[in-house]
Amino acid sequence: MSAAVRTPARAPILPMLVRQTWAEFLKLWRVPAFSATSLLLPVVFYAFIGLGQAAQPLFRGSHITFGAYFLASMAVYAVANVMIFSFGISVANERGMKMDLLMRATPLPPLVYLLSRCITAIFFAALTLAVLFPFAYIAGGVRLDASEWFTLAYRVLLGSIPFIALGFAIGYLAGPNSTIAVINLIYLPTAFASGLFFPKQLLPQIIQNISPYLPLYRFGQLGWDAIGAPTSENITTDWLYLAGYGVAFFAIAAWAYRREESRKFS
Amino acid sequence: MAPAAELIDATKKYGEIEALGGVTIRIELGEVVAMLGPNGAGKTTSISILLGLRKPTSGKALLFGLEPTNLLARSKVGVMLQESGVPAMLKVREIVDLFRSYYPRPMTRDRAIAMAGLEEKANALVRELSGGQRQRLYFALAVCGDPDVLFLDEPTVGMDVEGRRAFIERIAEFAHMGRTVVLTTHYLEEADQLAKRVIVIDRGVVIADAPPGEIKSRVAGKRVRFISPAITEQELGGLSVTAAAITDGRVQLLTNQPEAVLRELFRRGVEMSELEVAGADLEDAFIAMTSH
Repeated sequence: MSAAVRTPARAPILPMLVRQTWAEFLKLWRVPAFSATSLLLPVVFYAFIGLGQAAQPLFRGSHITFGAYFLASMAVYAVANVMIFSFGISVANERGMKMDLLMRATPLPPLVYLLSRCITAIFFAALTLAVLFPFAYIAGGVRLDASEWFTLAYRVLLGSIPFIALGFAIGYLAGPNSTIAVINLIYLPTAFASGLFFPKQLLPQIIQNISPYLPLYRFGQLGWDAIGAPTSENITTDWLYLAGYGVAFFAIAAWAYRREESRKFS
Repeated sequence: MAPAAELIDATKKYGEIEALGGVTIRIELGEVVAMLGPNGAGKTTSISILLGLRKPTSGKALLFGLEPTNLLARSKVGVMLQESGVPAMLKVREIVDLFRSYYPRPMTRDRAIAMAGLEEKANALVRELSGGQRQRLYFALAVCGDPDVLFLDEPTVGMDVEGRRAFIERIAEFAHMGRTVVLTTHYLEEADQLAKRVIVIDRGVVIADAPPGEIKSRVAGKRVRFISPAITEQELGGLSVTAAAITDGRVQLLTNQPEAVLRELFRRGVEMSELEVAGADLEDAFIAMTSH
């Protein structure tokens, strides 16, 4: 078979990954319920809660402004939000529309598919920062060193990886129609309990006791530390906590994925 | 050279229910094969196993001599499934480009869209398509990789007569390029028009595997139809027919001796109207083979 010799037997991976990533991006971009809320909601929260006292010191005698502190909070909120929702929504949609069956029959390697969605989520997360950072700079008058901006950005992007797995797991565990409700039910209350909207000290004592064990709280610590605000522990502890949650979430996601696979494709 | 697709003594059980009871099928490159059978006969299960979407309970499936889940094998295969969705928020041309990127030597985007007759909808979002257009999009996605083998599971289900006719022509066009086509259908005329080989599946086993003409010739040459509202099964007893069916007073008989059968019916005093005697077609053959 000369034809088989002349043409490659499989499509090259890189163009496939680029196409798939572009498609995944368009799928999310064209759902305003996702794209508009992920890009604009953190800015709106920042305007409502942060702007009024942006220039005030975080506490008496601190050189850190509330504006900078709340920027870190919203950066963490925005990025984790994108990770959980983009994965939750795409997995749920795909299951709901039986898209997964057709994709399974194509020569698309599952890993390329997964990677394309990770890249899309991280790109979207970076996009939310690209909206939030200038807003905080211009409207909130937040001034940070170049290294602080950079540290904040890379920490929130890197630290958000466990939340990819969480979104993935919820997408497979919840029904296709209830995924968004389940995510809201989990995400918003834990964002409050982790002190992303109001400093932890203002929360009820019982919540304060729980919050150190919440992944979003640990994630928040990384953000606050990046802009120089004092945190309760060394950030290595926070990284370790997040890594632990990451492993646990990935294990749950893998289990949920395999459960779905064996149910559908056995 | 390995055949394009092969099922070797494949069985499939869903819990207690046996969907396939030992099916062996060998499809060579370039064949156009129709798998025919009533709903629930095991056609979709056979296709799913061939595509690696289901695992056989016992037995084996091969694509080009490889495991069906092997991406090398899948790179030569285009698929249109009965139950599948595509992202509603992508445009037709975008999703065709996406699927083209999965294959090593795809056809051009315009050609794939033209083969499916979707030129005017190339810039439309998937969610704006009608049911029939969506079905054609699935066809475009199945052929866009220019596959050696095309699997179509009930491709024309839910289409009107005109839509089906046009669709069959598109499939025929693809088959004329020398490609292998495997389709399941319960529309008998589709199998007759398209396929050089018909595999009849019923209750999870292959009951016939032959060219359409041969399957037709296996059953009686003539079909006798008439209406007789008060007829009973007993009144049809002892006739030299290969199949007999009564539904709501409509009688259909298949026989090699229509004159003798009618003479006997008149002798028995059976009242009848709208009498019709015609050559049996594939549909009759099918009814004769699967009547239980």
